[in-house]
Amino acid sequence: MRKQTKNNLITFSGTAVLCFLMAGLSTAGVLDNKTTGLLVPMGIYIILAISLNLTVGILGELSLGHAGFMCIGAYVSGAFSLIFQNTISPVWLRFALAVIFGGIMAAVFGVLIGIPVLRLRGDYLAIVTLGFGEIMKSIANNVYLTMDKNGLHFGFTVPPTNVDEATKQELLKGPIGMAAPQDTNVWIVAVVLLICLAVLMLFIDSRSGRACMAVRDNYIAAQSVGINVTKYRLMAFTLSAAIAGVAGGLYSHSLSLLAAKKFDYNLSILILVFVVLGGLGSLRGSIIATIILYALPELFLRGAGNLRMLLYAIVLVFMMLWTNAPFFIALREKIAASKPVMKLKSVFRRDKSDKSAGGAA
Amino acid sequence: MSENANNTPVLELLELSIQFGGLHAVDGLNLRIKKGCLYGLIGPNGAGKTTVFNMITGVYKPTAGSVLLNGKNITGKSPVEINKAGIARTFQNIRLFKAMSVLDNVKAGLHNETKYTAIEGVLRLPRYFREEKRVNEKARELLKVFGLEDNINSIAANLPYGKQRKLEIARALATDPKLLLLDEPAAGMNPNETAELMETIRFVREQFNMTILLIEHDMKLVSGICEELTVLNFGQELAQGETAAVLKDPKVITAYLGE
Repeated sequence: MRKQTKNNLITFSGTAVLCFLMAGLSTAGVLDNKTTGLLVPMGIYIILAISLNLTVGILGELSLGHAGFMCIGAYVSGAFSLIFQNTISPVWLRFALAVIFGGIMAAVFGVLIGIPVLRLRGDYLAIVTLGFGEIMKSIANNVYLTMDKNGLHFGFTVPPTNVDEATKQELLKGPIGMAAPQDTNVWIVAVVLLICLAVLMLFIDSRSGRACMAVRDNYIAAQSVGINVTKYRLMAFTLSAAIAGVAGGLYSHSLSLLAAKKFDYNLSILILVFVVLGGLGSLRGSIIATIILYALPELFLRGAGNLRMLLYAIVLVFMMLWTNAPFFIALREKIAASKPVMKLKSVFRRDKSDKSAGGAA
Repeated sequence: MSENANNTPVLELLELSIQFGGLHAVDGLNLRIKKGCLYGLIGPNGAGKTTVFNMITGVYKPTAGSVLLNGKNITGKSPVEINKAGIARTFQNIRLFKAMSVLDNVKAGLHNETKYTAIEGVLRLPRYFREEKRVNEKARELLKVFGLEDNINSIAANLPYGKQRKLEIARALATDPKLLLLDEPAAGMNPNETAELMETIRFVREQFNMTILLIEHDMKLVSGICEELTVLNFGQELAQGETAAVLKDPKVITAYLGE
């Protein structure tokens, strides 16, 4: 418990320093344009990765449809901003409401999808969430929303027709997408990222988080000690969806034009790669993996072009072998055993934790 | 009135039966366990002992008959409701929360005893700190009773076998049960560990004033601590009564114990 609090504090303060440092540097104009342009999406991907880690790492269920929840958040908040662009006056208020509303709608979908889907486990759950993500993308790809002096007009697969041409504003334009106001900046992403990180940490380090992990580690035993398995699976799934929705809200407000095809299978897998490489259940790991895996290809592997996705696949396969194949497990243990530094480190660590426990008491 | 309450058995099984397809896994089992009793359920492999446990704890729904806990019918309720009603169990193949610390395992057992909501937890309202502190102390106390106080921060999967068994019992007791079910607690233990386990079980009964029903194959343990026995064979009761008498029953000797 004490150890976890300390770990959380280190992760949180480290992330905070990094976030504000990067935001400050980009505002001061020290970073070049390319790097600055990467910071906002990187922050958004970090939010997605830590939220997916709640489902995959803490709850232990493989979800392949995380982009679907992001899509809901992006479209709902984007549409909200476009509709109220001229009615809610301070921009920050409208933007905040839009992002929160996007998160809430993603959470609502999390509950609606979760109730039937969470009856399944393992591979079956993964396949259904995969389908969910694709369905969300297809729906968003076919939605038309137009506003004129009479109000909103909605069309599915075809643009609405009974529109007053003189005052019409096209908000959602089917496959072309939408152009939400570009309100997101590095500072906002940094703050939202830290809030999401804090919420996840506090959730995991509480009665509810323990219940989720108990369900992950042993479903039957969790029931036998009176943990309502369905409730906690739904709770974690919904929280994860809500945070993905918030990330989607930030995302739609960061691009000049956002098309739904962005939220495809590849995006879900990309986020899953961040989570798996960072270590299941480790928020710190997710953050680090996202930074490395997002920045490196963008900054150094640009030339690889389409090969980039292939490289991701190779890395994912390799990491799965690294964590699960007997050969690599033996190899890792051999390395760990042969390093006296590690032993020293563990002795040192024990000393420290004893001291801090004494100090707390 | 209190006389009456004392006479109500903690657990009563009435004609409990379950059928898987054409197989009568358990057929018309009757059983009464008095308060504070250490009751043994024995029998050859495949006799249906674990199936009985699974019916009592709600993992399986009986096809006929009923389960009464302190006179209250709990037949067919969900495992969670049955745990809340006051039955806790351990498993034949240990089922710990492997990746969690020893302390967190017990705290997960104290889940329903920890009284704050998810929102209070995330917002770190005063109730979170109060309850966490109380539950922490309770969990530590329980672990101390089982001699696990030096292992509280270890990951459960890294504990030696005997300690994993103890942790599982501690976790079950954390739910504050009226009846504890132990499914082959001595499985895979050497004679020394078994002797220690016998002490632990006796101790649990005294310390927590617990009623215990256990499945066991180790006859030394059974004859050493069980006061009453039911012998199952092919899903049916073969013999029932006080331990010494049952173990001398010729039927039991031919079906299970051997000459």
